[in-house]
Amino acid sequence: MNRQTWMGLLARAEPSRLATLLPDLPPHSFARTPEIGAVMVRGRAGGTGAPFNLGEMTVTRCALRLEDGEVGHAYVQGRDRAHATRAAIVDALMQGPEAAAIHDAILAPLAEAETARRKIRAEKAAATKVEFFTMVRGED
Amino acid sequence: MYVAVKGGERAIENAHAWLAEERRGDPAVAELGTDQIEQQLALAVNRVMAEGSLHDPALAALAIKQSRGDLIEAIFLIRAYRTTLPRLGASIPVDTAKMDCIRRVSATFKDAPGGQILGPTFDYTHRLLDFALMANGDAPEAPRKAAEPAHVPHITGFLGRDGLIEQEAPSDTEPRDLTREPLELPADRALRLQSLARGDEGFILGLAYSTQRGYARNHAFVGELRIGTCAVEMDIPQLGFAIEIGEVELTECETVNQFKGSKTEPPQFTRGYGLTFGQTERKAISMALVDRALRWKELGEDYVGAPAQDEEFVLSHADNIQATGFLEHIKLPHYVDFQSELELVRRMREAAE
Repeated sequence: MNRQTWMGLLARAEPSRLATLLPDLPPHSFARTPEIGAVMVRGRAGGTGAPFNLGEMTVTRCALRLEDGEVGHAYVQGRDRAHATRAAIVDALMQGPEAAAIHDAILAPLAEAETARRKIRAEKAAATKVEFFTMVRGED
Repeated sequence: MYVAVKGGERAIENAHAWLAEERRGDPAVAELGTDQIEQQLALAVNRVMAEGSLHDPALAALAIKQSRGDLIEAIFLIRAYRTTLPRLGASIPVDTAKMDCIRRVSATFKDAPGGQILGPTFDYTHRLLDFALMANGDAPEAPRKAAEPAHVPHITGFLGRDGLIEQEAPSDTEPRDLTREPLELPADRALRLQSLARGDEGFILGLAYSTQRGYARNHAFVGELRIGTCAVEMDIPQLGFAIEIGEVELTECETVNQFKGSKTEPPQFTRGYGLTFGQTERKAISMALVDRALRWKELGEDYVGAPAQDEEFVLSHADNIQATGFLEHIKLPHYVDFQSELELVRRMREAAE
């Protein structure tokens, strides 16, 4: 899992699930305390044309440093400061010597939960897929 | 002459206290939680996010509770809140071809690759009141069918391959932003789409309907309507790369409209586009129809004087917060204005006698 992948996974994660997986925070100092803001979400005309501003979404960002010097960043959807803090801590830990353990203990379960959530939605959608059948007309 | 008037503080305080009591309603009835609104009135939440122009379901649910279900008041609260937020940046345009669709239908191709997926729709319901919902029952469960998440291609892509439909010119022009600068006309398509996306559903629906009834007629087929979640990516300068900062549910509508051709160009279909936050398909379809009507100039069509073609009319009146602000202010004290009018009428009557 590369950094882009885990940062995205942490951003999309259910804050309560992340809190369960990482209940205790290692000592850290903020380079940027968690800050709630907005990001303008853009679309493209016709799906593929020129960009336009669709509307904003709330995002919380933060940056911090662990005691051993690893720096973690987070940009996460929503207004949950604890979510952003935990995401930045995991980002920092993933750059340190405990990366493999953190991956298995935190990122893997988050990825699993997300995959399961997506699969359930795909399965419900699949059940509503129309199966066409052709009516035989009497006069033929 | 402007005369400052003071007074009414006690009346206002008491009015607000009564509002709070009315909002709560009969204390014998359980209080509504914002989580219940978010879960069980999701389409109201979606509308407030789309027109409040801020994706945050929990905040939209709070706004609906606070406004006692007055959705325009709720949108007002969201618009006011968003002005307090620092802007952290703009996303990379969302890639709707990579949407995880829960609904995807095409009115133009029965056998569209990827299939017709109905999703959780009101379509084909009988619109009969379901009295069973007045009783508390078991939570219903949707049937499932084995499947893996997969991306479905855009229908317009198939038409485009054969040159049968106009192509969107690829561009990375920085779009103008209505929330940063006042609306200036003429507006380009990006500005029009932003205005329509946050515009009032009822107003956009009415205009879209007018085009169907013959005012700026440009017969539209829904080439594709899709609802699902899309990842939102943003470049993070400190990191030097882009990351996903979350995902949003979107509704996208692409219309396939009447074709045109000329001596130099073979006939091809034209397009309208709608994109909105949440499950808001009435709005997305309406947006696509009005977008198409507003494109008359760039498509070399005649201006027939239809309201939906009139960019100034549409964009100046689409925003329900601007509209309600100006409309509702006339109920607030205008004693001095009216006093001068009253005097004027009296004087004119005296002069006439």
